[in-house]
Amino acid sequence: MSRLRDALDAGRFAVTGEIGPPKGTTIDPVLEEAERHLKGRVLAVNVTELQTAVMRVGSLAVCRLLVERGVEPVYQVVCRDRNRLALESDLLSAAILGVENVLLLTGDHVLMGDHPQARPVYDLDSVQLLRVAADLEGGHDMVGNDLDGAPTFFKGCVAAPGAEPMEPQILKLRKKVEAGAQFVQTQAVYDPGRFEQFVAATEGLGVPILVGIVLLKSAGMARYMNENVPGVDVPEAIVQRMADTPKEDRRKVSAEIAGDLIRRVQPMCQGAHLMTLGWDDVVPAVLACAEIEP
Amino acid sequence: MIILKQKDFDDLLLAMDGEQNVFIAGCALCATACKVGGQEELDALEKRLADAGKTVTGKHVFDTPCRAGGVRDGFKAHGAAIEAADAILVMACGTGTQSIGDRLDTKPVHPGCESLFVGEIKALGRYEEKCSVCNECLLEMTDGICPMTRCSKGLLNGPCGGYSADGKCEVDPNKDCAWLLIYERLKARGHLDKIAAIQPPHDHSGHQHPRSYRWPKPERPKKKAKREESA
Repeated sequence: MSRLRDALDAGRFAVTGEIGPPKGTTIDPVLEEAERHLKGRVLAVNVTELQTAVMRVGSLAVCRLLVERGVEPVYQVVCRDRNRLALESDLLSAAILGVENVLLLTGDHVLMGDHPQARPVYDLDSVQLLRVAADLEGGHDMVGNDLDGAPTFFKGCVAAPGAEPMEPQILKLRKKVEAGAQFVQTQAVYDPGRFEQFVAATEGLGVPILVGIVLLKSAGMARYMNENVPGVDVPEAIVQRMADTPKEDRRKVSAEIAGDLIRRVQPMCQGAHLMTLGWDDVVPAVLACAEIEP
Repeated sequence: MIILKQKDFDDLLLAMDGEQNVFIAGCALCATACKVGGQEELDALEKRLADAGKTVTGKHVFDTPCRAGGVRDGFKAHGAAIEAADAILVMACGTGTQSIGDRLDTKPVHPGCESLFVGEIKALGRYEEKCSVCNECLLEMTDGICPMTRCSKGLLNGPCGGYSADGKCEVDPNKDCAWLLIYERLKARGHLDKIAAIQPPHDHSGHQHPRSYRWPKPERPKKKAKREESA
Protein backbone atom coordinates (compact mmCIF):
# COMPACT_ATOMS: atom_id res chain seq x y z
CA MET A 1 0.00 0.00 0.00
CA SER A 2 2.90 2.35 0.71
CA ARG A 3 3.95 4.06 -2.53
CA LEU A 4 7.09 5.18 -0.75
CA ARG A 5 8.03 1.58 -0.03
CA ASP A 6 7.17 0.51 -3.59
CA ALA A 7 9.34 3.25 -5.11
CA LEU A 8 12.32 2.50 -2.90
CA ASP A 9 11.93 -1.24 -3.47
CA ALA A 10 11.88 -0.59 -7.21
CA GLY A 11 15.07 1.44 -6.93
CA ARG A 12 13.47 4.75 -7.94
CA PHE A 13 14.84 7.97 -6.42
CA ALA A 14 12.15 8.78 -3.85
CA VAL A 15 11.27 12.30 -2.76
CA THR A 16 9.27 13.02 0.37
CA GLY A 17 7.96 16.32 1.68
CA GLU A 18 7.00 17.57 5.08
CA ILE A 19 4.28 19.65 6.69
CA GLY A 20 3.78 20.86 10.24
CA PRO A 21 0.30 20.81 11.80
CA PRO A 22 -1.05 24.15 13.00
CA LYS A 23 -1.05 25.50 16.52
CA GLY A 24 -4.81 25.74 16.77
CA THR A 25 -7.70 24.29 14.82
CA THR A 26 -7.27 26.17 11.53
CA ILE A 27 -6.33 23.16 9.46
CA ASP A 28 -7.60 23.92 5.95
CA PRO A 29 -4.67 26.10 4.75
CA VAL A 30 -2.16 23.37 5.67
CA LEU A 31 -4.12 20.70 3.85
CA GLU A 32 -4.74 22.92 0.83
CA GLU A 33 -1.03 23.75 0.55
CA ALA A 34 -0.16 20.06 0.72
CA GLU A 35 -2.70 19.25 -1.98
CA ARG A 36 -1.66 22.10 -4.23
CA HIS A 37 2.14 21.89 -3.97
CA LEU A 38 3.04 18.40 -2.76
CA LYS A 39 0.36 16.02 -4.07
CA GLY A 40 1.60 14.23 -7.16
CA ARG A 41 5.06 15.78 -6.79
CA VAL A 42 6.41 13.90 -3.79
CA LEU A 43 5.69 10.27 -2.94
CA ALA A 44 4.79 10.90 0.68
CA VAL A 45 4.53 13.76 3.13
CA ASN A 46 5.93 13.64 6.65
CA VAL A 47 3.67 15.16 9.26
CA THR A 48 5.75 16.43 12.15
CA GLU A 49 4.78 15.61 15.72
CA LEU A 50 4.91 18.61 18.07
CA GLN A 51 8.08 19.68 16.29
CA THR A 52 10.72 21.36 18.48
CA ALA A 53 8.50 20.42 21.42
CA VAL A 54 5.97 23.14 20.59
CA MET A 55 2.39 22.15 21.44
CA ARG A 56 0.17 21.93 18.37
CA VAL A 57 -2.20 19.56 16.55
CA GLY A 58 -0.89 15.99 16.59
CA SER A 59 0.61 14.21 13.62
CA LEU A 60 -1.78 11.28 13.40
CA ALA A 61 -4.98 13.29 12.90
CA VAL A 62 -3.36 15.28 10.08
CA CYS A 63 -1.99 12.07 8.55
CA ARG A 64 -5.54 10.74 8.33
CA LEU A 65 -6.78 13.96 6.75
CA LEU A 66 -4.02 13.63 4.14
CA VAL A 67 -5.07 10.02 3.42
CA GLU A 68 -8.61 11.30 2.78
CA ARG A 69 -7.19 13.77 0.26
CA GLY A 70 -5.15 11.17 -1.57
CA VAL A 71 -1.80 12.30 -0.14
CA GLU A 72 0.32 9.53 1.36
CA PRO A 73 1.51 10.53 4.83
CA VAL A 74 4.51 9.58 6.97
CA TYR A 75 3.43 9.58 10.61
CA GLN A 76 6.20 10.94 12.81
CA VAL A 77 6.07 9.28 16.21
CA VAL A 78 8.19 10.73 19.02
CA CYS A 79 9.13 9.18 22.36
CA ARG A 80 9.01 12.48 24.26
CA ASP A 81 5.32 12.70 25.10
CA ARG A 82 3.94 9.21 25.58
CA ASN A 83 4.79 6.08 27.48
CA ARG A 84 5.00 2.65 25.88
CA LEU A 85 1.29 1.89 26.24
CA ALA A 86 0.31 5.05 24.40
CA LEU A 87 2.99 4.58 21.73
CA GLU A 88 1.90 1.03 20.96
CA SER A 89 -1.75 2.08 20.96
CA ASP A 90 -1.09 5.02 18.62
CA LEU A 91 0.79 2.76 16.21
CA LEU A 92 -2.26 0.48 16.10
CA SER A 93 -4.45 3.55 15.64
CA ALA A 94 -2.30 4.61 12.70
CA ALA A 95 -2.78 1.23 11.08
CA ILE A 96 -6.57 1.31 11.31
CA LEU A 97 -6.57 4.86 9.95
CA GLY A 98 -4.75 3.73 6.82
CA VAL A 99 -1.35 5.15 7.75
CA GLU A 100 1.45 2.76 6.86
CA ASN A 101 4.61 4.92 6.77
CA VAL A 102 5.93 5.74 10.22
CA LEU A 103 9.05 7.63 11.20
CA LEU A 104 10.11 6.71 14.72
CA LEU A 105 12.05 9.37 16.56
CA THR A 106 13.34 10.31 19.98
CA GLY A 107 11.90 13.82 19.78
CA ASP A 108 13.25 17.22 20.77
CA HIS A 109 13.49 17.79 24.50
CA VAL A 110 10.68 19.72 26.19
CA LEU A 111 13.21 22.34 27.28
CA MET A 112 13.59 23.30 23.60
CA GLY A 113 9.88 24.08 23.20
CA ASP A 114 7.06 26.20 24.54
CA HIS A 115 6.16 23.98 27.50
CA PRO A 116 9.50 23.69 29.31
CA GLN A 117 7.61 22.90 32.53
CA ALA A 118 6.39 19.58 31.08
CA ARG A 119 7.68 16.20 32.22
CA PRO A 120 9.58 14.57 29.35
CA VAL A 121 8.62 10.91 29.01
CA TYR A 122 11.20 8.97 26.95
CA ASP A 123 9.84 5.70 28.32
CA LEU A 124 11.23 4.15 25.13
CA ASP A 125 13.99 5.41 22.89
CA SER A 126 13.86 5.38 19.10
CA VAL A 127 15.68 2.05 18.79
CA GLN A 128 13.28 0.39 21.21
CA LEU A 129 10.26 1.98 19.51
CA LEU A 130 11.37 0.57 16.15
CA ARG A 131 11.53 -2.87 17.69
CA VAL A 132 8.09 -2.39 19.27
CA ALA A 133 6.62 -1.47 15.86
CA ALA A 134 8.16 -4.65 14.46
CA ASP A 135 6.69 -6.63 17.36
CA LEU A 136 3.22 -5.29 16.55
CA GLU A 137 3.65 -6.30 12.91
CA GLY A 138 4.50 -9.77 14.18
CA GLY A 139 1.10 -9.98 15.80
CA HIS A 140 1.97 -9.32 19.42
CA ASP A 141 2.60 -6.37 21.68
CA MET A 142 5.99 -5.64 23.21
CA VAL A 143 5.36 -7.88 26.20
CA GLY A 144 4.22 -10.80 24.04
CA ASN A 145 0.43 -10.58 24.22
CA ASP A 146 -1.34 -11.62 21.01
CA LEU A 147 -3.01 -8.96 18.89
CA ASP A 148 -6.37 -9.44 17.21
CA GLY A 149 -5.20 -8.23 13.82
CA ALA A 150 -1.66 -7.10 13.14
CA PRO A 151 -0.60 -3.84 11.45
CA THR A 152 1.78 -3.38 8.53
CA PHE A 153 4.24 -0.50 8.63
CA PHE A 154 6.99 0.94 6.52
CA LYS A 155 9.30 1.97 9.32
CA GLY A 156 11.71 4.86 9.06
CA CYS A 157 14.30 6.40 11.30
CA VAL A 158 16.52 9.47 11.26
CA ALA A 159 20.26 10.05 11.42
CA ALA A 160 22.42 13.15 11.66
CA PRO A 161 25.15 12.98 8.98
CA GLY A 162 26.77 16.18 10.24
CA ALA A 163 27.17 15.04 13.86
CA GLU A 164 30.77 15.19 15.02
CA PRO A 165 32.11 12.64 15.93
CA MET A 166 30.22 10.54 13.41
CA GLU A 167 30.91 7.07 14.79
CA PRO A 168 28.33 7.19 17.64
CA GLN A 169 25.68 8.17 15.06
CA ILE A 170 26.60 5.21 12.92
CA LEU A 171 26.59 2.84 15.90
CA LYS A 172 23.10 3.96 16.76
CA LEU A 173 21.91 3.87 13.16
CA ARG A 174 23.05 0.25 12.88
CA LYS A 175 21.01 -0.55 15.99
CA LYS A 176 17.99 1.14 14.43
CA VAL A 177 18.27 -1.01 11.32
CA GLU A 178 18.77 -4.11 13.46
CA ALA A 179 15.61 -3.10 15.34
CA GLY A 180 13.65 -2.95 12.09
CA ALA A 181 14.19 0.41 10.38
CA GLN A 182 13.48 0.11 6.64
CA PHE A 183 14.46 3.60 5.52
CA VAL A 184 16.45 6.55 6.80
CA GLN A 185 15.68 10.24 6.48
CA THR A 186 18.62 12.40 7.44
CA GLN A 187 18.83 15.72 9.21
CA ALA A 188 19.68 18.74 7.08
CA VAL A 189 22.62 18.28 4.71
CA TYR A 190 24.31 21.24 3.01
CA ASP A 191 27.77 19.85 2.45
CA PRO A 192 27.95 17.03 -0.15
CA GLY A 193 31.47 16.12 0.98
CA ARG A 194 30.36 15.50 4.54
CA PHE A 195 27.35 13.53 3.30
CA GLU A 196 29.64 11.36 1.20
CA GLN A 197 31.64 10.47 4.33
CA PHE A 198 28.41 9.59 6.11
CA VAL A 199 27.23 7.37 3.28
CA ALA A 200 30.61 5.64 3.21
CA ALA A 201 30.38 5.00 6.96
CA THR A 202 26.97 3.37 6.51
CA GLU A 203 28.27 0.83 4.05
CA GLY A 204 26.38 -2.42 4.25
CA LEU A 205 23.50 -0.87 6.15
CA GLY A 206 21.08 -2.33 3.61
CA VAL A 207 18.33 0.28 3.84
CA PRO A 208 17.65 3.28 1.59
CA ILE A 209 18.81 6.70 2.72
CA LEU A 210 16.85 9.85 1.89
CA VAL A 211 19.04 12.92 2.16
CA GLY A 212 17.51 15.66 4.29
CA ILE A 213 17.18 18.99 2.50
CA VAL A 214 16.06 22.01 4.50
CA LEU A 215 15.23 25.02 2.35
CA LEU A 216 17.34 28.03 3.22
CA LYS A 217 15.14 31.07 3.60
CA SER A 218 17.83 33.65 4.27
CA ALA A 219 21.49 34.15 5.08
CA GLY A 220 20.42 34.87 8.66
CA MET A 221 18.80 31.46 8.94
CA ALA A 222 21.96 29.82 7.63
CA ARG A 223 24.14 31.66 10.13
CA TYR A 224 21.75 30.87 12.97
CA MET A 225 21.86 27.16 12.14
CA ASN A 226 25.65 27.18 11.82
CA GLU A 227 25.90 28.62 15.30
CA ASN A 228 23.07 26.83 17.07
CA VAL A 229 22.17 23.57 15.38
CA PRO A 230 24.68 20.79 16.06
CA GLY A 231 25.75 18.98 12.94
CA VAL A 232 24.54 21.64 10.50
CA ASP A 233 27.25 23.45 8.60
CA VAL A 234 26.08 25.61 5.70
CA PRO A 235 29.14 26.32 3.51
CA GLU A 236 30.11 29.99 3.40
CA ALA A 237 29.58 30.19 -0.38
CA ILE A 238 25.92 29.30 0.06
CA VAL A 239 25.48 31.73 2.96
CA GLN A 240 26.99 34.46 0.81
CA ARG A 241 24.78 33.60 -2.14
CA MET A 242 21.67 34.00 0.03
CA ALA A 243 23.06 37.21 1.49
CA ASP A 244 23.52 38.64 -2.02
CA THR A 245 19.98 37.72 -3.06
CA PRO A 246 17.28 40.41 -2.88
CA LYS A 247 14.29 39.41 -0.80
CA GLU A 248 11.93 38.94 -3.77
CA ASP A 249 14.30 36.39 -5.37
CA ARG A 250 14.98 34.32 -2.27
CA ARG A 251 12.48 31.56 -3.04
CA LYS A 252 13.95 31.11 -6.51
CA VAL A 253 17.55 31.02 -5.27
CA SER A 254 16.61 28.80 -2.33
CA ALA A 255 15.08 26.31 -4.80
CA GLU A 256 18.23 26.45 -6.94
CA ILE A 257 20.49 25.79 -3.94
CA ALA A 258 18.35 22.85 -2.82
CA GLY A 259 17.98 21.45 -6.33
CA ASP A 260 21.70 21.73 -6.97
CA LEU A 261 22.44 19.97 -3.70
CA ILE A 262 20.08 17.12 -4.54
CA ARG A 263 21.67 16.73 -7.98
CA ARG A 264 25.09 16.46 -6.39
CA VAL A 265 24.18 13.90 -3.71
CA GLN A 266 21.73 11.92 -5.85
CA PRO A 267 24.32 9.30 -6.89
CA MET A 268 25.09 8.61 -3.21
CA CYS A 269 21.58 7.99 -1.89
CA GLN A 270 18.16 6.61 -2.70
CA GLY A 271 15.98 9.66 -2.20
CA ALA A 272 15.54 13.11 -0.75
CA HIS A 273 13.42 14.42 2.07
CA LEU A 274 12.43 18.06 1.54
CA MET A 275 11.80 20.15 4.61
CA THR A 276 10.33 23.40 3.30
CA LEU A 277 9.45 25.09 6.61
CA GLY A 278 6.26 26.41 5.08
CA TRP A 279 7.62 27.17 1.60
CA ASP A 280 5.71 24.27 0.05
CA ASP A 281 5.18 26.32 -3.12
CA VAL A 282 8.94 26.10 -3.78
CA VAL A 283 8.88 22.31 -4.10
CA PRO A 284 8.09 22.20 -7.85
CA ALA A 285 11.04 24.52 -8.54
CA VAL A 286 13.36 22.42 -6.36
CA LEU A 287 12.38 19.27 -8.24
CA ALA A 288 12.84 21.05 -11.57
CA CYS A 289 16.32 22.26 -10.57
CA ALA A 290 17.19 18.76 -9.37
CA GLU A 291 15.89 17.42 -12.68
CA ILE A 292 13.58 14.98 -10.93
CA GLU A 293 10.39 13.92 -12.69
CA PRO A 294 7.36 14.07 -10.40
CA MET B 1 24.23 12.30 49.15
CA ILE B 2 20.84 14.05 48.93
CA ILE B 3 21.65 17.48 47.55
CA LEU B 4 19.68 20.20 49.30
CA LYS B 5 19.16 23.92 49.18
CA GLN B 6 17.47 26.11 51.77
CA LYS B 7 14.11 27.56 50.95
CA ASP B 8 13.76 31.30 50.79
CA PHE B 9 13.61 32.69 54.34
CA ASP B 10 10.59 34.86 53.51
CA ASP B 11 8.73 31.79 52.25
CA LEU B 12 9.53 30.02 55.53
CA LEU B 13 8.12 32.94 57.50
CA LEU B 14 5.01 32.90 55.33
CA ALA B 15 4.55 29.18 55.95
CA MET B 16 4.88 29.72 59.72
CA ASP B 17 2.51 32.67 59.79
CA GLY B 18 0.58 32.67 63.10
CA GLU B 19 2.99 30.23 64.77
CA GLN B 20 4.99 31.97 67.48
CA ASN B 21 7.03 29.12 68.92
CA VAL B 22 9.26 27.11 66.62
CA PHE B 23 11.60 24.15 67.09
CA ILE B 24 14.33 23.79 64.46
CA ALA B 25 15.52 20.35 63.41
CA GLY B 26 18.69 19.76 61.38
CA CYS B 27 20.47 16.73 59.97
CA ALA B 28 24.02 15.60 60.60
CA LEU B 29 24.35 13.90 57.23
CA CYS B 30 23.35 15.38 53.87
CA ALA B 31 21.99 18.69 55.22
CA THR B 32 25.22 19.29 57.13
CA ALA B 33 27.34 18.39 54.10
CA CYS B 34 25.32 20.75 51.92
CA LYS B 35 25.55 23.45 54.63
CA VAL B 36 21.79 23.90 54.96
CA GLY B 37 20.92 22.03 58.16
CA GLY B 38 24.04 21.60 60.30
CA GLN B 39 24.77 23.24 63.65
CA GLU B 40 26.14 26.39 62.05
CA GLU B 41 23.06 26.88 59.85
CA LEU B 42 20.66 26.15 62.72
CA ASP B 43 22.39 28.79 64.87
CA ALA B 44 22.08 31.33 62.06
CA LEU B 45 18.45 30.42 61.46
CA GLU B 46 17.64 30.77 65.17
CA LYS B 47 18.98 34.30 65.10
CA ARG B 48 17.07 35.23 61.94
CA LEU B 49 13.83 33.78 63.34
CA ALA B 50 14.35 35.69 66.59
CA ASP B 51 14.95 38.87 64.61
CA ALA B 52 11.69 38.20 62.81
CA GLY B 53 9.92 38.01 66.16
CA LYS B 54 9.69 34.24 66.58
CA THR B 55 10.53 32.32 69.73
CA VAL B 56 12.82 29.38 69.10
CA THR B 57 11.98 26.80 71.78
CA GLY B 58 14.98 24.67 70.87
CA LYS B 59 17.09 23.29 68.07
CA HIS B 60 18.78 19.99 67.41
CA VAL B 61 20.89 18.52 64.64
CA PHE B 62 19.39 15.03 64.41
CA ASP B 63 21.97 12.33 63.97
CA THR B 64 19.98 10.71 61.16
CA PRO B 65 16.51 12.15 60.63
CA CYS B 66 15.94 9.59 57.89
CA ARG B 67 16.36 6.75 60.42
CA ALA B 68 13.38 6.05 62.68
CA GLY B 69 15.68 5.29 65.62
CA GLY B 70 17.55 8.57 65.12
CA VAL B 71 14.31 10.55 65.20
CA ARG B 72 13.16 8.70 68.34
CA ASP B 73 16.43 9.52 70.10
CA GLY B 74 16.18 13.21 69.16
CA PHE B 75 12.60 13.43 70.38
CA LYS B 76 13.60 11.82 73.70
CA ALA B 77 16.44 14.29 74.23
CA HIS B 78 14.42 17.39 73.23
CA GLY B 79 10.88 16.40 74.22
CA ALA B 80 10.14 19.50 76.29
CA ALA B 81 11.34 21.99 73.67
CA ILE B 82 9.40 20.17 70.94
CA GLU B 83 6.35 20.08 73.20
CA ALA B 84 6.60 23.85 73.74
CA ALA B 85 6.70 24.60 70.01
CA ASP B 86 3.73 25.37 67.76
CA ALA B 87 5.54 23.87 64.78
CA ILE B 88 8.78 22.17 63.77
CA LEU B 89 10.96 23.56 61.00
CA VAL B 90 13.03 20.78 59.47
CA MET B 91 16.26 21.66 57.70
CA ALA B 92 16.70 18.28 55.99
CA CYS B 93 15.45 16.34 52.97
CA GLY B 94 11.86 15.35 52.33
CA THR B 95 12.41 11.98 53.98
CA GLY B 96 13.79 13.55 57.15
CA THR B 97 10.96 16.07 57.18
CA GLN B 98 8.37 13.34 56.91
CA SER B 99 9.92 10.99 59.44
CA ILE B 100 9.97 13.85 61.97
CA GLY B 101 6.51 15.04 60.97
CA ASP B 102 5.06 11.54 61.31
CA ARG B 103 5.94 11.58 65.04
CA LEU B 104 3.96 14.78 65.66
CA ASP B 105 0.33 14.26 66.67
CA THR B 106 -1.04 17.75 66.18
CA LYS B 107 1.82 20.09 65.30
CA PRO B 108 2.63 20.92 61.68
CA VAL B 109 6.03 20.21 60.22
CA HIS B 110 7.56 22.76 57.82
CA PRO B 111 10.03 21.72 55.12
CA GLY B 112 12.91 24.19 55.25
CA CYS B 113 14.78 22.80 52.25
CA GLU B 114 14.23 21.73 48.69
CA SER B 115 15.53 18.22 48.02
CA LEU B 116 17.25 18.53 44.66
CA PHE B 117 18.65 15.12 43.72
CA VAL B 118 20.95 12.31 44.73
CA GLY B 119 24.29 13.68 43.72
CA GLU B 120 28.01 13.98 43.93
CA ILE B 121 29.63 16.89 45.77
CA LYS B 122 32.19 18.12 43.27
CA ALA B 123 33.15 20.94 45.63
CA LEU B 124 31.25 22.81 48.30
CA GLY B 125 28.36 24.48 46.52
CA ARG B 126 28.82 22.50 43.29
CA TYR B 127 26.79 19.33 42.96
CA GLU B 128 26.09 16.97 40.08
CA GLU B 129 23.52 14.25 39.59
CA LYS B 130 24.96 10.89 38.60
CA CYS B 131 22.37 8.28 39.63
CA SER B 132 18.58 8.09 39.41
CA VAL B 133 18.30 5.35 42.06
CA CYS B 134 16.42 3.24 39.52
CA ASN B 135 16.86 -0.34 40.73
CA GLU B 136 18.18 -1.48 37.35
CA CYS B 137 21.81 -0.45 37.18
CA LEU B 138 23.24 0.09 33.70
CA LEU B 139 26.75 1.06 34.77
CA GLU B 140 28.13 -2.34 33.80
CA MET B 141 27.20 -1.72 30.15
CA THR B 142 28.75 1.73 30.01
CA ASP B 143 31.82 1.28 32.19
CA GLY B 144 30.41 3.55 34.82
CA ILE B 145 28.48 6.41 33.21
CA CYS B 146 24.70 6.36 33.69
CA PRO B 147 22.82 7.29 30.49
CA MET B 148 19.49 7.08 32.31
CA THR B 149 20.57 9.99 34.49
CA ARG B 150 23.23 11.89 32.60
CA CYS B 151 21.61 11.92 29.15
CA SER B 152 18.92 14.65 29.09
CA LYS B 153 16.56 12.21 27.42
CA GLY B 154 17.62 9.13 29.37
CA LEU B 155 18.36 7.29 26.13
CA LEU B 156 19.65 3.74 26.47
CA ASN B 157 20.85 2.96 22.96
CA GLY B 158 23.18 5.76 22.01
CA PRO B 159 23.07 9.50 21.43
CA CYS B 160 20.42 11.51 19.65
CA GLY B 161 21.61 13.85 16.92
CA GLY B 162 21.87 16.80 19.25
CA TYR B 163 25.46 16.72 20.47
CA SER B 164 27.92 19.40 19.48
CA ALA B 165 31.46 18.86 18.29
CA ASP B 166 32.74 19.84 21.73
CA GLY B 167 30.66 17.08 23.31
CA LYS B 168 27.88 19.18 24.78
CA CYS B 169 24.15 18.51 24.90
CA GLU B 170 21.84 20.63 22.73
CA VAL B 171 19.40 20.88 25.61
CA ASP B 172 21.95 22.70 27.75
CA PRO B 173 25.39 23.64 26.39
CA ASN B 174 26.75 23.50 29.95
CA LYS B 175 26.02 19.79 30.15
CA ASP B 176 28.15 17.05 28.66
CA CYS B 177 26.52 14.62 26.25
CA ALA B 178 26.53 11.45 28.35
CA TRP B 179 26.63 9.25 25.27
CA LEU B 180 29.76 10.95 23.97
CA LEU B 181 31.38 10.39 27.37
CA ILE B 182 30.37 6.75 27.19
CA TYR B 183 31.52 6.42 23.58
CA GLU B 184 34.90 7.99 24.28
CA ARG B 185 35.51 5.93 27.42
CA LEU B 186 34.58 2.64 25.77
CA LYS B 187 36.47 3.43 22.59
CA ALA B 188 39.62 4.25 24.54
CA ARG B 189 39.30 0.96 26.41
CA GLY B 190 38.48 -1.06 23.29
CA HIS B 191 35.03 -1.94 24.64
CA LEU B 192 32.63 -0.40 22.12
CA ASP B 193 31.10 -3.86 21.76
CA LYS B 194 29.46 -3.28 25.14
CA ILE B 195 27.02 -0.79 23.62
CA ALA B 196 26.58 -2.53 20.26
CA ALA B 197 23.70 -4.72 21.39
CA ILE B 198 20.20 -3.27 21.64
CA GLN B 199 19.39 -2.35 25.22
CA PRO B 200 15.78 -3.31 26.01
CA PRO B 201 13.38 -0.82 27.60
CA HIS B 202 13.80 -0.13 31.29
CA ASP B 203 11.56 -2.26 33.52
CA HIS B 204 9.74 0.11 35.86
CA SER B 205 7.56 -2.57 37.45
CA GLY B 206 9.93 -3.13 40.33
CA HIS B 207 10.20 0.45 41.46
CA GLN B 208 6.89 2.23 41.31
CA HIS B 209 6.16 4.84 43.97
CA PRO B 210 6.00 4.52 46.89
CA ARG B 211 8.99 2.22 46.96
CA SER B 212 9.90 0.05 49.91
CA TYR B 213 12.49 -2.61 50.44
CA ARG B 214 12.88 -5.31 53.06
CA TRP B 215 15.65 -7.75 53.45
CA PRO B 216 14.61 -11.21 52.51
CA LYS B 217 14.24 -13.09 55.78
CA PRO B 218 17.12 -15.56 55.43
CA GLU B 219 19.59 -12.71 54.84
CA ARG B 220 18.80 -10.88 58.07
CA PRO B 221 21.69 -10.94 60.49
CA LYS B 222 20.72 -13.03 63.47
CA LYS B 223 21.88 -10.81 66.27
CA LYS B 224 20.47 -12.97 69.02
CA ALA B 225 22.12 -16.15 67.74
CA LYS B 226 25.48 -14.37 67.47
CA ARG B 227 25.31 -13.26 71.07
CA GLU B 228 24.60 -16.81 72.14
CA GLU B 229 27.59 -18.05 70.15
CA SER B 230 29.96 -15.58 71.74
CA ALA B 231 28.54 -16.37 75.19
